[in-house]
Amino acid sequence: MLDQKQHIKLPEGSIEKNTTTLNLGPTHPATHGVFQNILEIDGERVVSAVSTVGYIHRAFEKIAERRPYYQVTPLTDRLNYCSAPINNMGWIMTVEKLLGLEMPKRVDYLRVIIMELARIADHLICSAVMGVDTGALTGFVYLMTYRELIYEIYEEICGSRLTTNIGRIGGFERNFTPAAFEKIERFLKEYPAALTEFETLLTRNRIFMERTQGVGAISAERAMSYGFTGPNLRAAGVDYDVRIANPYCSYQDFDFSIPVGTTGDCYDRYQVRNAEMWESISIIRQAMEKLKGLPDDVYHADVPAYYLPEKKDVYTKMEALIYHFKIVMGETEILPGEVYHSVEGANGELGFYLISDGGRSPYRLHFRRPCFIYYQAYPELIKGSMLSDAIVCMSSLNLIAGELDA
Amino acid sequence: MSLTNERIQQRLTEKFGDVLTGFEEPFGMLTFTAQKDYNLKVMQFLFDDEELRFRFLTDITAVHYPERKGEELCVVYHLHNFVDNVRLRLKVYTPVASPKVFTATSLYESANWMERETYDFFGVDFVGHPNLIRILNVDEMTYFPMRKEFPLEDPMRTDKDDEMFGRGGHF
Repeated sequence: MLDQKQHIKLPEGSIEKNTTTLNLGPTHPATHGVFQNILEIDGERVVSAVSTVGYIHRAFEKIAERRPYYQVTPLTDRLNYCSAPINNMGWIMTVEKLLGLEMPKRVDYLRVIIMELARIADHLICSAVMGVDTGALTGFVYLMTYRELIYEIYEEICGSRLTTNIGRIGGFERNFTPAAFEKIERFLKEYPAALTEFETLLTRNRIFMERTQGVGAISAERAMSYGFTGPNLRAAGVDYDVRIANPYCSYQDFDFSIPVGTTGDCYDRYQVRNAEMWESISIIRQAMEKLKGLPDDVYHADVPAYYLPEKKDVYTKMEALIYHFKIVMGETEILPGEVYHSVEGANGELGFYLISDGGRSPYRLHFRRPCFIYYQAYPELIKGSMLSDAIVCMSSLNLIAGELDA
Repeated sequence: MSLTNERIQQRLTEKFGDVLTGFEEPFGMLTFTAQKDYNLKVMQFLFDDEELRFRFLTDITAVHYPERKGEELCVVYHLHNFVDNVRLRLKVYTPVASPKVFTATSLYESANWMERETYDFFGVDFVGHPNLIRILNVDEMTYFPMRKEFPLEDPMRTDKDDEMFGRGGHF
């Protein structure tokens, strides 16, 4: 199993194992989530790894089979909790696709804004944590300030910060307030400077480059075979992005590029994520510009049979009360059918495979969780590398335990 | 988009004939059913063929239809051709009494965990899988929880009725 360059040397005839078994996780502080890997290490070198997953499995797919459609959204929050709005929107758009609902442009643009903010929030955590794992805490502190600004925007729009449950089938629960737009403007104004500073700290930092270049590299063919999507696949040089390949939510109206890497190593993943943050900032700016030309009171489609009416209308208007009752009691007509819809989540293609039998809740709902699929490449990525590289490699993959275990 | 659904269907029917049935296009995605011994052959053909090039496995999952006697479990594959940007959905039905289908791990590395997950929740036995053990549930579990015979709540409860879920009493 081991070559001659083995580090642990045992005396002739020893019955001891010539590798050390190291249990990394499930609650190791450097794994950023409940990930367990049983490593066979020879000195500092990883010989093999066995991943164990499922520590926070909560059976969302089963629970979804007993929940009305509008109550599935909070479950999706808890998948990739670093970018919950993307999951919410992905699920809502899946149902809208099944129902054949068309959204007004303004709803699409508001959704684009919120999804791109979520993408920035997710990427900045991942890039900053890579810095932390290579020994540079400073950048992390800089960027976390700005995640706070994003969370304040969420709070202004939907009232919560982490598990957002943002949006409803048919639009948003309420319009964006002027304060929300002010906060977005403030973020757009302040964040680029911070991101530039962060990049100045890390991108050409010799220590950071030594720690990440050539570490955890994967070729484009292997990455595709392992089902990589998102920034990890693009770092390997495949320009696949759901926003471009199958545009949803009016992404075709925006002008942006897909950053790609070449080697697929940790450094390229970091670079791709940073470049994507710049693209996201540009998309949000474009969306803010486009919103100026649209009526500012449209925040949902005119589909009373599916859109939960505002609470104050429910208490004062007969029609709203009737529709509210019908939606909550599952009296709305949902046609049988099967639909697959995917969005570009922050760490890859987040897909929803929904089968409806005409009942009140999905007959079957399957989440295509990107990091569940690409995490199986981890033992191959770290084989032969140092133990400290294995840690950096894990944080560069942007694994989110909640999404992995569903 | 140069590769159309009609063209894919035509190529597949030329190659496999009656093995593939039930061609339809819900929401624009070509969907068809293969006889259960042919799932790997069909996927291999879709992978190797220079025109079709379905070389990315998006997803594997299963669905349980208790009322379809003799073909209760449906294994669903979502494949993607990156070059022409076309997706398709392949279904294989298998009896719940001996749910055996061939593994796709020889074609796609990613199939490994997806098939383990499908086994874990539905008990589909992927023949030839290198390591078909539970993945998300505990190893001691003796049943397959996503099958429809396991209701989410206590079935003896009388205060809650599935009538409310539009399914007439029970499912």
